[in-house]
Amino acid sequence: MSAVFAWVETFKGAANPTSWEALGAGRTLADGLGVPLVALILGENAEAVAKQAGEYGADKAIVCEDATLHGFRLEPYAALLTKLVQDNSPAVVIAVGTSRGRELLAASAADTDSGMITEALELSLDGNKVVATRPAYAGKVLSEVRSSGEGTLFLTIRGRAFKPNELNSGASIDIEKVDAVLSEDDIATKIESFEEETGTVNLTDAAIIVSGGRGMANNPKPAPDGVEDATVWKAQDGFANVIQPLADVLGAAVGASRAAVDAGFIPYAHQVGQTGKVVSPDLYIACGISGAIQHQAGMRSSKVIVAINKDPEAPIFKLARYGIVGDLYEVVPALTEELKKRLGK
Amino acid sequence: MHVVVFTRSTPDTAAKVVVDDNGNVTWGDAGLVVNPWDEYALEEAILQAKSGGGKATVVAIGPEAHNDALKHSLAMGLNEAVRVEDEALDPFDSLHYATAAAGAVNKMGDVDLVIFGKESIDVGTDQHAYQTARKLGWTMLSYVSRILDVDYAAGTIRVERMLEQGKQIVTSRLPAVMTVMKDINEPRYPSFIGIRKAAKAQIPVWSLAELGVDVPAKGVEIVAYKNLPVRETECEMLEGTPQEQAAALVEKLLEEKVL
Repeated sequence: MSAVFAWVETFKGAANPTSWEALGAGRTLADGLGVPLVALILGENAEAVAKQAGEYGADKAIVCEDATLHGFRLEPYAALLTKLVQDNSPAVVIAVGTSRGRELLAASAADTDSGMITEALELSLDGNKVVATRPAYAGKVLSEVRSSGEGTLFLTIRGRAFKPNELNSGASIDIEKVDAVLSEDDIATKIESFEEETGTVNLTDAAIIVSGGRGMANNPKPAPDGVEDATVWKAQDGFANVIQPLADVLGAAVGASRAAVDAGFIPYAHQVGQTGKVVSPDLYIACGISGAIQHQAGMRSSKVIVAINKDPEAPIFKLARYGIVGDLYEVVPALTEELKKRLGK
Repeated sequence: MHVVVFTRSTPDTAAKVVVDDNGNVTWGDAGLVVNPWDEYALEEAILQAKSGGGKATVVAIGPEAHNDALKHSLAMGLNEAVRVEDEALDPFDSLHYATAAAGAVNKMGDVDLVIFGKESIDVGTDQHAYQTARKLGWTMLSYVSRILDVDYAAGTIRVERMLEQGKQIVTSRLPAVMTVMKDINEPRYPSFIGIRKAAKAQIPVWSLAELGVDVPAKGVEIVAYKNLPVRETECEMLEGTPQEQAAALVEKLLEEKVL
């Protein structure tokens, strides 16, 4: 069976918000190659997710709900994907380039000595060869990469770079159940605990991101007596009481520049840029961020960029669609209030 | 015990990287530095070798330009350095890279732990790390933000991993390959004495024949590099009091349909 296989990533039995994009990009490739689009769904609740995959444009689903696949672990997932690839020789295996998607596809590509393209931003076909545009040199340039057209191509796409297919409610799907390859005794890695960050929006999935930079230190609120580092306290207070309320009203994720992270204003998990996360939301609001080239590498593909900065010469304004020269500690609260009014929240 | 860490030389993070008229990637006269993610991997290798009472070896796959990164690593305190280079080897192809990297680790024979930085900024990917683990047939521990326990004699390890949804703690077995995140440690600067010693170091070069491996056929090729599309940089400045600026911005964002 030649096919395009698309891994629909799930977390606790539900598809990730970006997972359907793999079916969106996969559909175009499958149609171009004249082969079916097969969704692979592994883990708890896979059959229910498979029915959704049918509604999101998959022709068929392969599912495995084995207990070893509850909670992603590379060993059992890669062993099963590798076997499915060896048995079916799909033309393409596609997934969204999340942390798990990247390692799963890379592992099976190595197991089967197959080519791999990661972080595709655009895709096209040249006969049976896949041509992809992807970032290189930390997103400062693009490279065009072409598959050999032989064997299987493993392909990850940048989250939010491709659209999901239109939802076709009630569409039926043919579901094939397969067995796991490894048993629990074969798997060295055991998950001891998972401390979920609840209530926060994941940066790479976010449609809107509000980010703070070095300018967060200019909080006019005085630090309480006895605080070890007044600057750090002011900036942390600003993230919690100025940036977060704006993010809350927008349903946005909170990002930060490397300068803010290195200064201890906010944990590294929020860093956007060359050594942080690469994001492409619909709206990126940069507050007190000058826009160093390393930061730009992480956010320049955002659809609309808004810059709020005291310094009219800040490089971020060269990238922004809308600019406000001013004190973020005045502008951001005003913006939060205005949005509450306009959005009726 | 023996820790191996992989590194490479990449353009300085502040460098302006562009594609010139001949289609080549250039970064002017900006120097090469250690791939920024690798600094954490190098530091962790030094710390692990010290606490485990063993040694740490740094390896680069590719041409002589990577000696810069290797010498920086030695100056930081890595015990030994080696480079793998071969005409048949394309270090930008992840399968070639992983085949050579696994070959080098197997040639050393006594390795307990292999550490990579989270990704390489030149190729813009992390796939070579996972693929090295698979070529070795070892456990892969990705996105490690802390090593909580490790017992090299017993071959057990317990780590904290940073994933999109939060922090996960897993236990696993050695030998293992890991990628480390930025918050795992605070990389040291090379000492003056370290720099002087590293400058004189002779770095051995291994060929694929010496590793006893052949590289597979390439499944993908880089056709061309392109500059980023020029952004429409007309920035519309919103004037007035903060309240007026905020109101004007909300108006614009509603028009853009991004709210």
